[in-house]
Amino acid sequence: MIRVVLERLAQAVLVLLAVSAVSFAMFRYVGDPVAAMSREGASLQEKAELRQSLGLDRPVLVQYGAFLQRTLKGDWGISYRNQQPVTKLLADRLPATLELVLMATLLSLSLGIPLGVVCALRPDGIVARLIQAVSLIGISTPTFVTGIVLILVFAVTLGWLPSFGRGPTVDLGWWTTGLLTLGGLKALVLPAITLALYQLTLIMRLVRSELIDVLSTDYIRFAKARGLPSRYIHYRLALRNALMPVITVTGLQVGSLIAFAIVTETVFQWPGMGLLFIQAVSFADVPVMAAYLLFVGLIFVIINSVVDLLYAVVDPRLRVRAG
Amino acid sequence: MKRPGRMPVSVALACLAALVIIGVAAFAPLLAPYDPTNLKSFNLIDAELPPRFSADGDPRFILGTDNQGRDLFSTMLYGARVSIAIGGGAVLVASTIGVLLGLLAGYLGGWVDALIMRVGDVILSLPTILLALLVAGIARVLFPAASGAEWAPVILIAAIAIHEWVQYARTVRAATMVESERDYVRAVKVIGLPAHRIMLRHILPNVMGPVLVIATINLAAAVLTEATLSFLGVGMPPTYPSLGTLIRIGNEFVFSGIWWIALFPALLLVVLVLAVNVVGDWLRDRFNPKLRGR
Repeated sequence: MIRVVLERLAQAVLVLLAVSAVSFAMFRYVGDPVAAMSREGASLQEKAELRQSLGLDRPVLVQYGAFLQRTLKGDWGISYRNQQPVTKLLADRLPATLELVLMATLLSLSLGIPLGVVCALRPDGIVARLIQAVSLIGISTPTFVTGIVLILVFAVTLGWLPSFGRGPTVDLGWWTTGLLTLGGLKALVLPAITLALYQLTLIMRLVRSELIDVLSTDYIRFAKARGLPSRYIHYRLALRNALMPVITVTGLQVGSLIAFAIVTETVFQWPGMGLLFIQAVSFADVPVMAAYLLFVGLIFVIINSVVDLLYAVVDPRLRVRAG
Repeated sequence: MKRPGRMPVSVALACLAALVIIGVAAFAPLLAPYDPTNLKSFNLIDAELPPRFSADGDPRFILGTDNQGRDLFSTMLYGARVSIAIGGGAVLVASTIGVLLGLLAGYLGGWVDALIMRVGDVILSLPTILLALLVAGIARVLFPAASGAEWAPVILIAAIAIHEWVQYARTVRAATMVESERDYVRAVKVIGLPAHRIMLRHILPNVMGPVLVIATINLAAAVLTEATLSFLGVGMPPTYPSLGTLIRIGNEFVFSGIWWIALFPALLLVVLVLAVNVVGDWLRDRFNPKLRGR
């Protein structure tokens, strides 16, 4: 057991080191940090001083070590574009993205599970076939197309909901939330639906296939033979077991959702981390790009490791296989 | 195909739709009424005209015009051509790299295997779109010419392939490990054939089946990724647009009620991806009976 945990942690550290190395290499070698950070018309001496103060004249491994130290201390560099600390920029944008991802996850779970159950209980019914067909269209529709269509219908044509920005937000000091104002909630509707749609089809398909598998197992057949009410069998016995992998996948997908939010945030001009990143890409603001990569990589590794370790704790079979 | 069977009507339709779109896109220069890449063939005066069937449409332009006065229908055909070429190119590059690395990892084992698979693990631990955006972003900083029409497709293909090859490598590696234990491989080893010959001539043909299935499914994914990158502004430039670029252009006009520039390319993109997905799903189920019913 301890060995599994240690192996998993070692793997996580390895991935983080790789991501941080890429992030460091980006900052160091993509473009010239000195040229990007010194003012226009700076003298050669000024540039040399900046080079030295940034430590760019030291050996690469020493620089990488210093980079790791700074990163661990929370100093993620200065944005080329507006000269603000990257950590502050990310922290300002984090609440917007997390609230969007949270709402999208809730939405996809609360719709995806019931739809999946309907499809699994009557796999050949008209409703199930309809849902299946729609879900295939859902998987084939890119996020930005969904967003544009929603904007066209609900913002431009009907004028019911706002189509860009977060609306009014409440500042809690360490967190700005749009969940406490009506305008903020209204602004959240369309982006959340857009982001949730892909996730929703995924969850629905997963619930369906898991439930169909569980329903064909012996203990369900036995429960039927005992004459238990089908409602009890379906929801108390079968669904509970089918939901286990669904929870895992939903957890694992949170990282992907944060990355996918880039697209949704661009369509709706949602002031989150994704919009920050895409603006950094178009302005060649390398420190922000590198920091975003590091941050999303960190979230990914943490979520994946926690899920894997929880599984090793919960499911003894995995322990044997992994060890 | 392992055993010939009836193709469901929906799959046949999807197959037909995919072939028609790919065919029409391939012959875009012959079929399109205008040439959107030729500056002389369009005029800014014609900009943002609605489609022919709407009240104030212009009979010259079936689906209306875009913001530069280009015939939207022609631009879409050319755009689909760009999208499919980049998607197909990405699949080709990713599958070639993935198959070769998978063969090496599966046949040689040891540290080669460990290295290739660990690199793959790290790559798969990041989402496609993030990695692709990074590659495209870095390329634009390193080579300012990269956003031009000549180099953008190369960057896009690289950005998509860097994530997709892992899937091929994993599949081929597993299959190669199984095949390596078979008698025919042992036999050619005893004869003393060089390793590259054993891998390419004897093992490769026996592990290609699943590769083709993955390639079909990945084509849809690659076209989507390309469209997303172009939509985000790090893909094809407006002068030589893919479907994603067209949707990006259209997105700026949605608020002024000019819906056709975004919506028609989006529709074509969805139909194309949907069709390829349906065919890919069906192929996968045929090759892997365990997955049937999912």
